[in-house]
Amino acid sequence: MVMEIVCPAGTPASLRAAVKAGAHTVYCGFADETNARNFPGLNFDRDEMREGVKFAHDHGAKVLVAINTYPRAGAEAIWHRAVADAEKCGVDAVILADLGLLAYAAKHHPGLRRHLSVQAAAANADMLNFYASEFGVKRVVLPRVLSVPEIAAINAETEVETEVFVFGGLCVMAEGRCSLSSYATGLSPNMNGVCSPASHVEYHDDHGALSAKLGGFTIHKVGADEPAPYPTLCKGCFSAGDATGHLFEDPVSLNAEKLIPQLAKAGVTALKIEGRQRSRSYVAQVVRNFRAAVEAQAAGRPMPEGMLAQLTEGQAATAGAYKKTWR
Amino acid sequence: MQLTVGPNQFFWKADAWSDFYDQMATAPVERVVLGELVCSKRLPFYQDRIPGAIETLLEAGKEVAVTSLALVTLKRERKLTAELADAGVEVEVNDLTTLAYLPKDAPFSVGPLVNVYNEGTLAWLADRGATRICLPPELPLASVTALAAEGAARGVAIEVWGHGRLPLAISGRCYHARLHKRTKDNCQFACEDDPDGLSVRTLEDQPFLAMNGVQTLSDSCASMANQLEVLEKAGVTALRLSPQTGDFARVCQAWRDRIDGTLDAAALSAELETLSGGMRLSDGFLTGARGADWSRAKEGEPA
Repeated sequence: MVMEIVCPAGTPASLRAAVKAGAHTVYCGFADETNARNFPGLNFDRDEMREGVKFAHDHGAKVLVAINTYPRAGAEAIWHRAVADAEKCGVDAVILADLGLLAYAAKHHPGLRRHLSVQAAAANADMLNFYASEFGVKRVVLPRVLSVPEIAAINAETEVETEVFVFGGLCVMAEGRCSLSSYATGLSPNMNGVCSPASHVEYHDDHGALSAKLGGFTIHKVGADEPAPYPTLCKGCFSAGDATGHLFEDPVSLNAEKLIPQLAKAGVTALKIEGRQRSRSYVAQVVRNFRAAVEAQAAGRPMPEGMLAQLTEGQAATAGAYKKTWR
Repeated sequence: MQLTVGPNQFFWKADAWSDFYDQMATAPVERVVLGELVCSKRLPFYQDRIPGAIETLLEAGKEVAVTSLALVTLKRERKLTAELADAGVEVEVNDLTTLAYLPKDAPFSVGPLVNVYNEGTLAWLADRGATRICLPPELPLASVTALAAEGAARGVAIEVWGHGRLPLAISGRCYHARLHKRTKDNCQFACEDDPDGLSVRTLEDQPFLAMNGVQTLSDSCASMANQLEVLEKAGVTALRLSPQTGDFARVCQAWRDRIDGTLDAAALSAELETLSGGMRLSDGFLTGARGADWSRAKEGEPA
């Protein structure tokens, strides 16, 4: 069976580009704090969502809506409305993380398929089975803390479908369980749908070196001729003991294209591409390459070589936790 | 306001671990949560001390709970989680995996590493048997207030992170091992040399974070010293004090004095700074613009 390619769409144009490029499934969010890519200029209003779903369905593709931040106390109605509107728009599933919201969706929208967001960081088979039995969750997006053999072991113990990230940004912390960003800026993935937000980034020319600060904390400094990566907190350069460097993670992005055959063998249903903030041309190119790769895998042909190197934007790529030595 | 001593987040030698809980038996706190929170590899070094410590604390009249791990992935860790209910005391859930193993009718408490951000989640956990919830440290006062009201309506005690380095993230990767150019499986217990965590500084030498194996903490010591009245008014019923080395019994006493009204906020803050060897205090998650902020910062100091 061909593995399902699940592609990001930050805008209606990206959705159409991803579908035309061969995405089996597109995921997106409403333009508010209910989703974990709550960036200015991104995401869908209700009409755009309805039209996007129609376009995808007309082309044989599915649409998933991420409602995967943790609802704010006293304001849960905003998230409840997002679930109801997603169902009205005809989406194929919602991607949720919060226990209360899962319970709400299971009770009030039982016919709406539920996926568990990576933001819930369900990292073992007990957890997958728990979300399935309590809330009828059909698919879980696995956190980026697991090796391929661990993913295989999980799939051997559950009927729930698994989806794993294969390309794009890489969280080095267990997703949904990190408040580094709000410690430095007051804004977090869980509460606000943002991490290391651009609104809190400042660059300073420091005697020819460019220093990048987040919430007033220096995240890295680079020489005038060096590329300056975005100051994502966990990929910053810090000192501890006698060491100075990228203590948590290098400024790398995830590329697990070479692991597609192993992930297929591990029983993974769907491959997810990160990047709702990316351009539609980027999305289209990544989709085309991954679609070709999963078709090749299903047909028993060798994987196309080095197909995405140019898209990692000069950054190094890593297979992350899928290789056990990453830990 | 009650005081809870949270589970030690760091890797301490077994004798230091035992001494700490002997001291807690006579410390002016109502409740003690113990066990391994951060890394299952540490547990064999002191696991045999846990039953004795539980007994000592129970005899001293403390409420006692054992914590789950913060991140359960391995088979061995799932087995440890399944066995928690056998300890004979309440279990504090810090990873939802624990719920898969707790008997349906067993009351439990919920620790700060479970995402309880809203009334719906609190209600679901209460229905499942939660009797106490220590809220995630990143919540602002408005959320704490709403959740304390919901907790009161449902008979769930609401606790807030009162003192100690903040648990900011948990990972599959061990940063102590990485720092020593080792893998997690061959970590050689590098974190043991840093019983309060290892300070992580910015390139401008500003203290920022602290690494503790797979966990990342704040460099600052969170403190609700200035927020006690606000939290009491919101309906919060307990403050959590998170263990650090040094004279922690005195830290507990200082907090007790603050609650009893014999020590004011400024005096408590000064005392805590002294007892912690000069750690910077913070309470920004509750009332500041960012988590690292401190409501009593002097002019010219970092907020």
